[in-house]
Amino acid sequence: MKKYLALLLACLMAVSLFTGCGSSGTTETTAAAAANETAAAGETAAADDTAAAPAIKIGLTGPLTGANSEYGLAVRGGMEIAVAEINALGGLQIEFKAEDDEADGSDKAVSAYNTLKDWGMQIFAGAVTTGSSLAIAAETVNDQIFMLTPSASAVDVAMTGSNVYQMCFTDPNQGASAAELMAEKWPDATIGVIYDSSDAYSTGIRDGFLAKAEELGLNVAVSDASFTADNKADLSTQVTQCKDAGCDLVFLPFYYTEAAQILTYANTIGYKPTFFGCDGMDGILNVEGFDTALAEGLVLMTPFDANATDDATVSFVEQFKANNDGKVPNQFAADGYDVIYALYNACVAAGIDGNTPADEACALLQEQFATMSVDGLTGTGMTWDENGMISKAPAAMVVTDGVYVPMG
Amino acid sequence: MQIIQYLINGISIGAVYAIIALGYTMVYGIAKMLNFAHGDVIMVGAYISFCVTNYLGLPSAVSVVAAVVVCTVLGITIEGLAYKPLRGTPGLAVLITAIGVSYFLQNAAQLIWSSSPKNFTSIVTMDPISLMDGQLVITGEVLLTVCVSVAVMVGLTFFTSKTRTGKAMRAVSEDRDAAQLMGINVNRTISTTFAIGSALAAIAGVLLCSTVPTLMPTTGSMPGIRAFTAAVFGGIGSIPGAMLGGVLLGIIETFSKAYLSTQFSDAIVFSVLIIILLVKPAGLLGKQVQEKV
Amino acid sequence: MKTKMNTLLKNKNARTNALTYLVVIAAFLVTQYLYSADALSSSVKGYLIPICVYISLAVSLNLLVGICGELSLGHAGFMGIGAFSGIVIAALLKDTIPNDALRLLCAMFGGGILAGAVGFVIGVPVLRLRGDYLAIVTLAFGEILKNIIGNTYAGIDESGFHMAISTTKMPLETGGKYIINGPLGATGIQKIATFPMGFVLVLFTLFVVLNLINSKEGRAIKAVRDNRIAAESVGINVTAFRMKAFVVSAFLAGMAGALFGLNYSSVTASKFNFNTSINILVFVVLGGMGNILGSVISATLLYVLPEALRSLQDYRMILYAIVLIVVMLCTWSPKVKEYLSVIGDKLGGLRKKKEVGSHE
Repeated sequence: MKKYLALLLACLMAVSLFTGCGSSGTTETTAAAAANETAAAGETAAADDTAAAPAIKIGLTGPLTGANSEYGLAVRGGMEIAVAEINALGGLQIEFKAEDDEADGSDKAVSAYNTLKDWGMQIFAGAVTTGSSLAIAAETVNDQIFMLTPSASAVDVAMTGSNVYQMCFTDPNQGASAAELMAEKWPDATIGVIYDSSDAYSTGIRDGFLAKAEELGLNVAVSDASFTADNKADLSTQVTQCKDAGCDLVFLPFYYTEAAQILTYANTIGYKPTFFGCDGMDGILNVEGFDTALAEGLVLMTPFDANATDDATVSFVEQFKANNDGKVPNQFAADGYDVIYALYNACVAAGIDGNTPADEACALLQEQFATMSVDGLTGTGMTWDENGMISKAPAAMVVTDGVYVPMG
Repeated sequence: MQIIQYLINGISIGAVYAIIALGYTMVYGIAKMLNFAHGDVIMVGAYISFCVTNYLGLPSAVSVVAAVVVCTVLGITIEGLAYKPLRGTPGLAVLITAIGVSYFLQNAAQLIWSSSPKNFTSIVTMDPISLMDGQLVITGEVLLTVCVSVAVMVGLTFFTSKTRTGKAMRAVSEDRDAAQLMGINVNRTISTTFAIGSALAAIAGVLLCSTVPTLMPTTGSMPGIRAFTAAVFGGIGSIPGAMLGGVLLGIIETFSKAYLSTQFSDAIVFSVLIIILLVKPAGLLGKQVQEKV
Repeated sequence: MKTKMNTLLKNKNARTNALTYLVVIAAFLVTQYLYSADALSSSVKGYLIPICVYISLAVSLNLLVGICGELSLGHAGFMGIGAFSGIVIAALLKDTIPNDALRLLCAMFGGGILAGAVGFVIGVPVLRLRGDYLAIVTLAFGEILKNIIGNTYAGIDESGFHMAISTTKMPLETGGKYIINGPLGATGIQKIATFPMGFVLVLFTLFVVLNLINSKEGRAIKAVRDNRIAAESVGINVTAFRMKAFVVSAFLAGMAGALFGLNYSSVTASKFNFNTSINILVFVVLGGMGNILGSVISATLLYVLPEALRSLQDYRMILYAIVLIVVMLCTWSPKVKEYLSVIGDKLGGLRKKKEVGSHE
């Protein structure tokens, strides 16, 4: 019997090997089909641009399945809009492909990246999560492929190599700006910090915050109330700790998913301090079923506001909703959108097209990013320093009547 | 006063663990399999309840009934398609299939309901009870969860010891072959067990999300594993054991966060579990079965 | 010589083992040839080392689950110990041993020994438990480990090597470099893992496990699995054998972990969670409990499967789940098996006829 089992498995292996080859074949065809589509989309506009070069290939890896997939899907959604807009302009065309890295910091991330490399990626516009970005950044340094991550905010990511750039604030900087803002607005507050000790983003902001808070002489009463990805089902203890310590300002440097939970619980027990979040907090008002009244008075530092009335934001939000079942985009999507535009502007300025080899493009883009300034949904006049970290003004918002209002 | 508040918090999450653990222990005790997809059935139950309340605008009582019905059907379907064909094979084969089912449910939920979190509206409308000038707060969810889990525990104990089907379940659990010889339809009994387990999962899902409002495709998996731990802790297969294990696990978790370290609370909770199992290898209320040659 | 060969081939165990080695070596040679001919895409090259790692993990877990009959849900924990200690060892030996391959070997053995030692310390109390209780304790152990590694800081600065398990980042003197950085995991790892070393690891694992299975002790272990009380009654020291298998399995997992860790420039503790343990278990069960060649094949297949499904985009993991369930039903369900064996008998009948024919 075992023999037949082995036989069966061997057959399966053979089949899977073939499907393996087959699937890489289909990837090629789908990519080609996509190219045709984009070509078709841009046809009317491209008609007057007769010397059309092949489309430039930009790749993204992010969690498209699993627990963190909402972030990966948001970035992909934002990028797709930018790509469609750019291709409709005619001129330089972009071919875009996203691969699933399951937010894994090692083998899955690298295989997603390798798949993109086999596809012929010239510029890497990922990864979405810090762990994957760290694993991939080292690969891009070896391959000399330019990397601009929309949302991996750890300092270590940008420090991996001179070809790695970030579109978001670095974590310690964000923590430090939060401390500065608190020192300015609430100098006498008793502050509590709740954070996710299993997450690099959250821990990074908290470390930066505590260092700056000490320097500024802020009164931090609770600094180590934390949770992990495994035990975040219950966050009541951490809230109770802040309540008991008499905190009237609670800093929540993590994503809105858990923040919604904390706001709900705090409301239930009648604890009403000022809650203060970071860019990960953006999106809380659009959580389905969440009572926005609970977020009243919440302060957050976000570079993006989906309710802003400028044309760019309005059109972006509209398209995103149309593509994603009416979902309102958060800053992940906006960062993704800005990444594609920043890359596009740089490519146009440097004369990069689909024929430029990845390593040449990398060198040219580095030159561009050293001097370039970009206006986007997440900020105006954004520039990058020599390490590839972005400098843009953090905007503090207060939730008032269910919308963001810039903090006076 | 503080300590009592932590105790209440602990009981609150512990009672949720308990009700999930009751489902685990029920299925394990009778079908002798670790149903790792149990946590994901919970998630489905919560989504159904959410959809019925938010999209159809029906009252929460209806949503609970809908969740129970859908989950029961789902449980029977999963059992029939994925577990029944493997009856009589080593437990590990079914365990792996259950993991496959768990992956399937999570990914299906992501495709159906998207991966963005939803905020579950609590089915409890009662205002929290505030004692000692707001120093001590007991929420309606805590009261409801504790009441429901106690009721379920009592109900299950009564069911397995007094009713005909329940006795058949115990017989199947004791010795499958002998039960068959006594004229018990083993397959049907096990299917019934899954139906009950899945109905409990639906209730657990609603209670879990009423206590912890974030609803995502992965909502059920971690509490599921915690509850499984709780079931083993209390003595897997034992109904009062699951209840005790769940509540104790919740209390230990909360106290370790409150008084020892939040960062290391996972390590502390699981260390306590290991120590207890070393002292009582069959769990707190489990039977130590003497092996026969 | 010929007769010796014949007796060797007649012995079923020896034959299966020879086949196992043969398959692995042939697969390596073919891959290596394709590699040198530059016929492999970047993605396929990227799979090679993790496949070797997962084969070793599956084979070593098979020793525990298939041969000893102990369910362990914490195998990834040992892999994690191996990975992080291997990374630290490799970083520390950077100047002492300039040769990459040698340093990799040291790191792998170091990681293996540490994982084996932890396995021993845990095994002493834990192996008193059985079945599902052992499973839950190994699960618990894996979670504890993940939690601790996630709060570990290690680094080198001018005054030497520092390590701390703490909730706040341990400060280093200026110019110091972190090797393990709390929740960020190990970062800036120098990648020294190579595919030939992965192959060596697989061969070593097979050698250790197959020898253990076929030794006198291995037969005792199987006797313990099949009937513990009977085995005890004929004087087999049950606990000692279980312990040995547990430690060897942990050791091999540690080595595999070290190779894994040194193949990427960053590794986080969350990689070594319950899901990874479960995945390895899936490899073992699907390949057949106690069937070593089966583990090798199923680890390879199941590792590549989700990658091969990439073109399905968002639907790939749901398809993976369906394939997993269907394959489990096909290989284990008595009804399907019956059906398969009917076909098998027919094929077998044909072959026998042929053989008879050729003799005539």
